[in-house]
Amino acid sequence: MDIFINGVGVISPQESNSGFPDNFKNYSAEYLKCIEPNYKDFINPIQLRRMSRILKMGTAAAKLCLTDSVVEMPDAIITGTAMGCIEDTEKFLSTMIENKETLLTPTSFIQSTHNTVSAQVALMLKCNSYNYTYVNRGFSFESCLLDAKLMINDNEANNILVGGFDEITNNHFSITKKIGWWKEPINSFELLSSKTTGSIAGEGTAFFMLSNCRTEKSYARFAGIKTFFMPSDKNEIKENINEFLTENELSLSDIDTVIYGLNGDIQSDKVYYSINDELFNHSNSLYFKHLCGEYHTASSFAFWIASEILKYQHIPEILFVDAKQKSEPKNVLIYNHFQNRNHSLIILRK
Amino acid sequence: MSKRVFVTGLGIISSIGKNVSEVLDSLLNSRTGIGEVKILNTIHRDIPLGEVRYSQLELAELAQISQSKGFTRTSLLGIIAANEAVKNSGIKVRDDKRTALISATTVGGMCSSEDLYLDFLNPESKNNLEYIDTHDGGDSTEKIAEHLGLKGFITTISTACSSSANAVMLGSRLIKNNLADRVIVGGTDALSKFTLNGFNTLMILDKELCKPFDENRVGLNIGEAAAYLVIEGEDSCKERNAKIYCEVKGYGNANDAYHQTASSPDGVGACMAMQKALSMSKLTPEMIDYVNVHGTGTPNNDLSEGKALANVFNNKIPYFSSTKSYNGHTLGAAGAVEAVIASLVMNNNFIPPNLNFKTTIHELGFSPVTKLMTDIKVRNVLSNSFGFGGNNTSLILSAI
Repeated sequence: MDIFINGVGVISPQESNSGFPDNFKNYSAEYLKCIEPNYKDFINPIQLRRMSRILKMGTAAAKLCLTDSVVEMPDAIITGTAMGCIEDTEKFLSTMIENKETLLTPTSFIQSTHNTVSAQVALMLKCNSYNYTYVNRGFSFESCLLDAKLMINDNEANNILVGGFDEITNNHFSITKKIGWWKEPINSFELLSSKTTGSIAGEGTAFFMLSNCRTEKSYARFAGIKTFFMPSDKNEIKENINEFLTENELSLSDIDTVIYGLNGDIQSDKVYYSINDELFNHSNSLYFKHLCGEYHTASSFAFWIASEILKYQHIPEILFVDAKQKSEPKNVLIYNHFQNRNHSLIILRK
Repeated sequence: MSKRVFVTGLGIISSIGKNVSEVLDSLLNSRTGIGEVKILNTIHRDIPLGEVRYSQLELAELAQISQSKGFTRTSLLGIIAANEAVKNSGIKVRDDKRTALISATTVGGMCSSEDLYLDFLNPESKNNLEYIDTHDGGDSTEKIAEHLGLKGFITTISTACSSSANAVMLGSRLIKNNLADRVIVGGTDALSKFTLNGFNTLMILDKELCKPFDENRVGLNIGEAAAYLVIEGEDSCKERNAKIYCEVKGYGNANDAYHQTASSPDGVGACMAMQKALSMSKLTPEMIDYVNVHGTGTPNNDLSEGKALANVFNNKIPYFSSTKSYNGHTLGAAGAVEAVIASLVMNNNFIPPNLNFKTTIHELGFSPVTKLMTDIKVRNVLSNSFGFGGNNTSLILSAI
């Protein structure tokens, strides 16, 4: 059954909630932070005061998506986040350590659980339907897509709100920097020319309305999703790509555009370049992490990029890895991996 | 969607036993695992916990891991229970693309990071670097997947206290959609100061042993556990002539959409979850022989769940008990712990009594099972798991 992307709501380090911005922002900071909207437009001010940043970003992006899709009540809400609500977790944890387990208040504990955003969206909408949160690193957003696909195939839902989100904080950044995740600050637009290991940290939240019928709002079709864990070598990756395309009744030559999860790490990017050389020489090669930074659910940002490209049949120049446009975008493959452990393939079609 | 899904393997470690047979023995002898704090390094010595009474090194040994640096307590518990479930089912999982793993957790690696956080934050410190990337929810799942050599789909669910019931549900849907032949489903959560203090600030912890469904209940006891079930499609079962414990007959997921932590007074979400599960199973309420209730022991949950039961069962309430009076509330693992218990109940013809119960909740007028029932045929079990964020899930497991 065809699945249509009927709405988007994005809060990212770029200045847009839907539709490509006129100018993309570059950064030279240690990490890329989201450009946040005026939340009063979406969330009641009494609630707003108690909400952490990611909770605000998540619920606002969900609301933007609902408005964009003109769906008032989704039949399911499915979110994906690897790290959940870091700010509230850190707050409760630090206070607990400082005060030696005394004088604690519950708010940050309540809001520290991974399902806080999906629960908050359900609460705001008074939505009693199916509600899930996936938390498996680079498979978190991907699991939402798979779940939504199952639901639509099984006729269990017409409109499903799916979203991916992860936030960066100072502490989370400096802790993960200790294990080599991040580069020294560089110009984000020069991500691929740094020739060093590590990436540039980022964050974002992106929600989508996946539906079983086309509307005038439809961006594109979401055709397929596959994840694979810790492939032992390049051949296993190629095998997975070939199997996935066959399952979707597509051949390598049908894929005119590939969006790679290139993150500037000279080691872990190698696999993208060799897959590009060996399988997708004929396709447009794009990347996106210079615009949003690296985070576990960055594939949700790529999902947004692909949706816009297919809807408007336009690929902004800034997305190209090297060559110029080779063909019209009809079948877009997103290939992303996190730390060479969580590999995922997503197909969107015109 | 018509493919049947069966439970063919069980694995568990909780405060009442380090494997299925120890847990069964405790249930048959009304032995609780909840007691004085022995392992967790907390100042709250007066709050009873359902601890797994083994140290990190002892758990590593049970998990058959020689070098346990970088393994959190959550991961070790998970590996022990997943190992047992796989062994118990007799399936070969290494390098098999058709075996998936759906695990659940709420605590994740917090049990380690809360002790190492200051070290993590110190830019000079090079200690415990191997624990930095174990804080998140996916770590324990991926440790299990690596340990078992899995090549199929893996993911992690975190929907508070219904997390691992949702893992059973998603696993069944994968099999019905032919995306896997076998799925290891379940969850793992170790005790942490973070959750203990969190629940303590909410003032929902009982300083005595919890008394689910008692008029004078005051709160819950938290516990730690891991539990996994191997679930399998009917073709795969037939092909290898698998031993079958029971069938996953129905499931339902709904959101209460009432409050971030409290249940709605009439248990709207709970009702919906149970009704969805019943309707999928094509069973009538009278056919449910036993309900393993969520029954945390908090004033709010038990009343709300009780009203939902009265509604769904039209006041003809089946036998029911809360086994949280044995294991404590094991959070993300609870749904799977209770699914394992449901399987044991049907295969051993008993109903475990609800411990510490004295007085019927006045507003409800019905009571749980309080004495061990043996030689009783239990054909259909409804198992409830409700969580923060209004995330409610009900499962129906049936004897075959």
